[in-house]
Amino acid sequence: MKVHEYQAKSILAHFGVAIPRGEVTDSPAEAREIARRLGGRAVVKAQIHAGGRGKGGGVKLAKDPQEAHDLAKRILGMTLVTPQTGPAGRVVRKVLIEEALDIDRELYVSVTLDRSRGVPVVMASKAGGMDIEEVAAKDPKAIVREGVDATFGMYPFQARKVAFALGLSGDPFKAGVALLQSLFRAYVETDASLAEVNPLLVTKQGGVLALDAKMNFDDNALFRHPDIKEMRDLHEEDPLEVEASRYGLNYIKLDGNVGCMVNGAGLAMATMDLVKLAGGEPANFLDVGGGANEEQVKNAFRIILSDKNVRAVLINIFGGIMRCDVIAKGVVAAVREMGLSIPVVVRLEGTNVDQGKAILRESGLKITPADGLADAARKVVGAAKAAATGSAAGPGWEI
Amino acid sequence: MSIWVGKDTRLLVQGLTGREGTFHALACREYGTQVVSGVTPGKGGTVHEGIPVFDTVADAVRETGANASMIFVPPPFAADAIVEAADAGVGLIACITEGIPVNDMLRARAFLDRRAAAGKAVRLIGPNCPGIITPGECKIGIMPGRIHRPGGVGVISRSGTLTYEAVDQLTRLGLGQSTVIGIGGDPINGTNFIDCLAAFRDDTATEAVVLIGEIGGMAEEEAACWVAGHFRKPVVSFIAGQTAPPGRRMGHAGAIIAGGQGTAGEKMKALEAAGIAVVKSPADIGTRVKEALGR
Repeated sequence: MKVHEYQAKSILAHFGVAIPRGEVTDSPAEAREIARRLGGRAVVKAQIHAGGRGKGGGVKLAKDPQEAHDLAKRILGMTLVTPQTGPAGRVVRKVLIEEALDIDRELYVSVTLDRSRGVPVVMASKAGGMDIEEVAAKDPKAIVREGVDATFGMYPFQARKVAFALGLSGDPFKAGVALLQSLFRAYVETDASLAEVNPLLVTKQGGVLALDAKMNFDDNALFRHPDIKEMRDLHEEDPLEVEASRYGLNYIKLDGNVGCMVNGAGLAMATMDLVKLAGGEPANFLDVGGGANEEQVKNAFRIILSDKNVRAVLINIFGGIMRCDVIAKGVVAAVREMGLSIPVVVRLEGTNVDQGKAILRESGLKITPADGLADAARKVVGAAKAAATGSAAGPGWEI
Repeated sequence: MSIWVGKDTRLLVQGLTGREGTFHALACREYGTQVVSGVTPGKGGTVHEGIPVFDTVADAVRETGANASMIFVPPPFAADAIVEAADAGVGLIACITEGIPVNDMLRARAFLDRRAAAGKAVRLIGPNCPGIITPGECKIGIMPGRIHRPGGVGVISRSGTLTYEAVDQLTRLGLGQSTVIGIGGDPINGTNFIDCLAAFRDDTATEAVVLIGEIGGMAEEEAACWVAGHFRKPVVSFIAGQTAPPGRRMGHAGAIIAGGQGTAGEKMKALEAAGIAVVKSPADIGTRVKEALGR
């Protein structure tokens, strides 16, 4: 799960990470008041779940409270397009008003998981403000990586090692060491999957603060962090994905026109790959899971069809635990309820496959059976293309 | 021959009395696995579906001689179940549970690593996996037993149903399997590709290996590197997620392209460079193995 910058900063501050003074608001008038409280000069920052906000015009410096008001008015409600949002952009619903600080140096620090070594790793670089991937591509040696013992936590010497590598000395060194330890504690104790401070700011006065912050959390651990779970912003997620998650379905919307319903994440990815290989484009990833019931299958089918780009649907089931007759009943129920105006290709294999096929056959619905993966992909891509070009998609797709 | 599990495996089931635990324990027993005991704290001393239940894994091991465990404990408690099994001296642990927090798994793995360093190695399969099966001998997990046949192809996979798909293709082509292992779809797991490959190398019954990977992490690249230096039997590989967008978790907690790392393209390139036959379509896994074996 992702959170906004202002939320990440409040979490980090709770663990002792120094952050600039500031407040979040959705009103220009309040933005003016906040700027006044901060002493006049302030930074207005759009709050969306995507990086590169500055490049998209979502971060502006106001020289006085009135300008903070004007900038907030302009930014609130705008559709912000950044390199990370895609061309559709995101609507800005909140702005963070922060004190403007005198920048001496900008650094980078983050904590994330090193999957290969099976430990959390602290990463740091002197190139603050740049994406760590960019730095890694240009000059991998410029990144310091310090693996941390998962059970013990970060040793003080490790924090010192990283602070030295960042070129800190004197008061900023002491502040930097403390900040690194706080950052690491925040990462572990909130079950984060990423805690990134970029840039980490060294002020002319010798302070060390998180000027920007990003935190992602392990979805599997949210059950023990109800306060963080509350921070979820549904506006930042695709409405169909939000709806799917309500039914315990794993759905990710993509750009193509072949809808896919599959059991199992690996097979679902492989099915998307197959569609692409056959010359089509998948409209979604959808894993109905190992033990889906008829109701879930029905909802899955409905969600796939809610995507207006979908021209044909492929149902690919290899029933291990999942029974083919349950899938078939769910599909028939969904089609009966919603009607069906596009071709559906079904490939069923595994437990109770004959019952499943019989249910589909006896339903009287125009559902195209397929034998094996390759046949299924070929049939569904052909149907989608025919439907997209408006030609007859075969005998009687409508019911 | 086969690897790690067979006729001598004596299985205990942690979480036996739950709905899933019961269903799959019985399916394993029906397949021929010796299911000797179950563990559900608080239900010790009872008998469930003819299987004696104990309060602790230590009791179950002592009383029934169990040497392997299958875990169906809910996610918040599953990492603890892994550690309990390891502490009781169980040699092989297959954790089926999906949704264990990463931090819990990091601590569990640190525990297993410390035991291994002390000379008491434990084999953890998973978590978030279908389990392990030696066809005709022993099934530990949730895979449909009937699609498997005894034979000479070893299968290793990060996925569940995609593994069944591959096994089904092999069986239809008359190619049986030595052992099939689902190593799981989580970012932190126990047994990895290389552990399996090393065991298949030393297993005389295994003639070829199918390696099914997916986006996320570097496990396939590491396996490719190892194969190039250590493995002479034919390997056929498929990587799921060639069309997956970056930054999105594709169902499995570990299936995510992050920071430009973990793409299918990179993995396929690394595997090919190691002399592995990489198929673009999952429909071609079986036939490619047949070709590789010259049949």
